[in-house]
Amino acid sequence: MKTPVGSTLTEADVTPETVYLNRRQYLKTSAVAAAVLVAPKLKASESTFGADPAPLWLQSQNKQASPSPFSTTEKLTPYEYVTGYNNFYEFGTGKDDPEKYGQDFKPHPWQVTVSGLAEGTGTFDLEDLLKGLAVEERIYRLRCVEAWSMVIPWLGVSMAALLKRLKPLSSARYVAFETVYRPEEMPGQASFFAAIDYPYIEALRMDEAMHPLTLMATGVYGRSLPNQNGAPLRLVVPWKYGFKSIKSIRKITFTDRQPQTTWQKANAREYGFYANVNPAVDHPRWRQSEERRLPSTLFASNRVPTLPFNGYAEAVAGLYQGMDLTKHY
Amino acid sequence: MDKVFLTRWFWWVLLLPCTFVGARVAQVVWYDPSALGPDPAQSLVDLFGTIALWLLCAVLFVTPVQTIIKARWLLRQRRALGVACFGYALLHWLSYAGLLLEWQWQNLGQDLLKRPYIIVGFLAGLMLLVLAGTSNNASARALGRRWRILHRLVYPAAVLVLIHMFWVARSDYTEVALYSAVVLLLLLHRWRQQAKSS
Repeated sequence: MKTPVGSTLTEADVTPETVYLNRRQYLKTSAVAAAVLVAPKLKASESTFGADPAPLWLQSQNKQASPSPFSTTEKLTPYEYVTGYNNFYEFGTGKDDPEKYGQDFKPHPWQVTVSGLAEGTGTFDLEDLLKGLAVEERIYRLRCVEAWSMVIPWLGVSMAALLKRLKPLSSARYVAFETVYRPEEMPGQASFFAAIDYPYIEALRMDEAMHPLTLMATGVYGRSLPNQNGAPLRLVVPWKYGFKSIKSIRKITFTDRQPQTTWQKANAREYGFYANVNPAVDHPRWRQSEERRLPSTLFASNRVPTLPFNGYAEAVAGLYQGMDLTKHY
Repeated sequence: MDKVFLTRWFWWVLLLPCTFVGARVAQVVWYDPSALGPDPAQSLVDLFGTIALWLLCAVLFVTPVQTIIKARWLLRQRRALGVACFGYALLHWLSYAGLLLEWQWQNLGQDLLKRPYIIVGFLAGLMLLVLAGTSNNASARALGRRWRILHRLVYPAAVLVLIHMFWVARSDYTEVALYSAVVLLLLLHRWRQQAKSS
């Protein structure tokens, strides 16, 4: 295992192999101990959301989250919908498939491989990658390209802080992300009639990735990410359509050329590289001038107008100055 | 068995999916608003579409099944199946236009002009409308030989429905491939029968 360059890690932080190999046993014992100790206090949240199956280091890092000034005060989409109505095609095409078929997925232990134009390349344990980074709670609007939207309280670390730790070279102009490829745990990846290529690939321009709003999420609703939401690590870019926010990230690659993303490859006319939320650019399938804020009811579809950059224009419009956004959609 | 009873019994069976959906709707309205998920209108659109698709396959199945098990009574129910298929297709459209789009005529019109999957779906719906409208005995008598020819419209309608599904699919074609295989087999069977008899 390599230590991320520029991090605060020292040799002393490296886990001895015996401890490393025994860590699952250790985690089990300590989880039981913790459960016994704190059971009365956690009961409310556990009965609402179920037990958090993530390792204790991640649970405790997520629990230290501080509120972010970037949060919206809009009404939250309930937890059961945030975790029960998902597009995560690796687990199936139905909105309830990810929750149904995502339960066998094992997000821990997790490693992330960093490659390309950076000093801090190598394969890192998730714990080391995140160690020392401040977790924040950010309540963001999520606008799906299918013209529905939610308001979601994410937990996560600033992407800029995480990427800086990997010391990208000045020649790096884009950063690409890749979802884990495990067809044995992800039935959608094993589908013979899949219309998109797996593993799923997404990418951002460096300045988009380093923007303060860009989040590397590790949790939602005060707990670690459930499998169906992209455990253990996912991107959240609130001013872009949801499909940009790639889930279960296994690889990060810095490059000087615009990477081809999964959706561009599948259908370039429908899905552009930028995929900024834009009510002025219609999609061949869905009207983008408005969205249905979920949950909607049977007789009131809760339509709200879609805002440029999903309402984050003030913060991010500058990134695209001088660009024709009807061409670079 | 009494013919009238048989016909009526069959109609009640065709209403079963409707009572199932109705029960879910009642549940949403009076008991549990989450029973159809966070987007209940979209769920209804999908449910009605699926039921209509099953009934369309069932219509196409009647002839081959009838030749195998020699159930003449089944042949007599084919028209009922077809009308029910149109009924659920109509509910599919009504829930899309009324619940999802809330009767915004301008958007309905734009969808119909711009979005290919909606165009083919609408065309298939129009064909089913023609078939359902001429399914009564009076039309059959009035049209004579042309009735049989007209009602072969069910085959292009089925193909359009499959294209509709294919264009709706975003990330995976498994479902549409399955239905296409079924419809293709039925069409092949029909074609062979035709070739034999001529």
